[in-house]
Amino acid sequence: MDDSTASGPQSIGPGQALSRNLVKVLGIVASISLTFIGLTAVTFVIGRVMPADPVLAIVGDRASNEVYQQVFLQLGLDKPIYIQYLRYLSQLAEGDLGTSIMTAQPVAEDILRFFPATLELATIATLLGIFVGVPMGVLAAVQQGRWPDHIVRVVGLVGYSAPIFWLGMVALLIFYAKLDWVAGPGRLDVIYDGIVEPATGILLIDAAMAGEWEIFDNALSHLILPASILGTFALAYISRMTRSFMLDQLSQEYILTARVKGIPEWKVIWNHAFRNVLVQLITIIGLTYASLLEGSVLTETVFSWPGIGLYITSSLFNNDMNAVLGGTIVVGVCFVGINLLSDLLYRMVDPRVR
Amino acid sequence: MSAELTLRGWLLAEIPKSKLQARCQRVFISWLSFRRNPIAMVGLLIVASLVGIAAMAPWITASDGLELHLANRLHAPGSEHWFGTDELGRDIFDRIIWGSRITLYIVGLVSIIVVPIGLLVGVVAGYLGGWVDTVLMRLTDIFLAFPRLILAMALVAALGPGLENAVLAIAVTTWSPFARIARAEALTIRNSEFILAARVQGVSTTGILIRHVTPLCMSSVIVRLTLDMAGIILTAAGLGFLGLGAQPPTPEWGAMISLGRQYLIDQWWVPTVPGIAILVVSLGFNLLGDGLRDVFDPKSGT
Repeated sequence: MDDSTASGPQSIGPGQALSRNLVKVLGIVASISLTFIGLTAVTFVIGRVMPADPVLAIVGDRASNEVYQQVFLQLGLDKPIYIQYLRYLSQLAEGDLGTSIMTAQPVAEDILRFFPATLELATIATLLGIFVGVPMGVLAAVQQGRWPDHIVRVVGLVGYSAPIFWLGMVALLIFYAKLDWVAGPGRLDVIYDGIVEPATGILLIDAAMAGEWEIFDNALSHLILPASILGTFALAYISRMTRSFMLDQLSQEYILTARVKGIPEWKVIWNHAFRNVLVQLITIIGLTYASLLEGSVLTETVFSWPGIGLYITSSLFNNDMNAVLGGTIVVGVCFVGINLLSDLLYRMVDPRVR
Repeated sequence: MSAELTLRGWLLAEIPKSKLQARCQRVFISWLSFRRNPIAMVGLLIVASLVGIAAMAPWITASDGLELHLANRLHAPGSEHWFGTDELGRDIFDRIIWGSRITLYIVGLVSIIVVPIGLLVGVVAGYLGGWVDTVLMRLTDIFLAFPRLILAMALVAALGPGLENAVLAIAVTTWSPFARIARAEALTIRNSEFILAARVQGVSTTGILIRHVTPLCMSSVIVRLTLDMAGIILTAAGLGFLGLGAQPPTPEWGAMISLGRQYLIDQWWVPTVPGIAILVVSLGFNLLGDGLRDVFDPKSGT
């Protein structure tokens, strides 16, 4: 591959390219819907087939006989299993995830309330991972075999290997309990609770929009530690992949050509090699973001962060299966959706795939 | 000295004289290239120590890690209790040592379930091709697309908490990459001449799959397994931490962190030490896996 392929013009006509893209997009859509059917089949099996008595699993053992009968019919347990699954699918399609025992509210509403906190946490963590991890990876590749490279590799491996919930606890011990640099668990100090009207549900944005800068500071102080801990994983993965992509590019002949032409080294690195790496990084960042949405489960438990992870784990302890499976489906859909999105973005940006 | 020289000579001979010699040579040459990688050697050392410690547990520890000594509650680390004692007066060092057996039990059991399933699905799909391939790979893709931890959590929630159920849940979410790898290998092997030769000789499809295709998939599967070990350990510890894995008083490291959490501020060692154990072991597997990949598959290693 030479330099011109990265930004060069396409030889295929626009109409032809469009129809080829359409076929590819349709293929992706088909595989996504298959994945979705698989996901719902698994949650269906977990929720309705595996428990000895799925009704009991939903209403709890203190429910009256009438409630039991009502739920029994509501689930359609008198019908054959494939009808039950189709009913389950159509309920999901309407956004009906059942009712939570714990909060006595529809699971879908609960999740809408809890989700923004997770989104906020995972977004900031991913951004940290990108802005620290990418330069680290580039540095390691440029200095291959020397000590900056070794440091980056070790940091990456440790970030990969550390149990995230433990890392969070140690960070709380050091930065909150001992040094008192940041605020503790939760999203806000109690005195600030309920002052800002939740417009987006993302506290930083809500507080900034309301002009409540004191609350903004407090929210940020609560956010920074869990986001950094979650971001450690992102950083480890992103820096590792950046390093490997950069090494790959730097060994290409167009880099040699650029160097021979006398182009300054920083320009060779950032304008030539990194430009091509950036395209590959899109997929990696998408993967990271999706796995952080999931990875936040443990972080949220440690930091009492009221997101979807905490919702799922606290529902687990109350045997609230509707809530657990609803959360699983929502996270699963986000996971699949983000992967699809990054795949599409990659296709749009990289002319070789286009 | 001369015996070693001849052994070395035998291992490095230009032309192997027997099947056994050829096999030993391959292992030895891989070992020579592995040995040059210091990071991988550190990984090997950690993993070997883990196995050694688990095997020697009864001789290393003074207690079984389960006995309560309420008079000895929450002792700080010192000469008597190297890693201190926990909220029930149990020696944390002893519990960590016994816990290494549980860690090995988990990764061993997951591997025993996951590798045969992955190999079976992947080899059959890759070798037979056609609609079998399409169906099996769609299935694999579905499992690949799942968020693993959350699915494992939901599964354990339905099965009921416990070590075996946690292992099962992890296995359900871990087998798919192995199927992918085995399929890729089977695809490249399928059209080789030695497979054709075996087929002409009348070896059945099952025979070809088991005796000719599967052995060639093993090296990439083992590399991937080593790299996945860390993930398996971390997921198991996470499930233990959430109270879904091994139940107290089992000295599973994740469950130990979870129980020690309330003592974090004043008796930091109770939850901290098991975390270090998890970190070291999963780091060891990651380093070892990286090294193995460099040896067996130098192209993808970085």
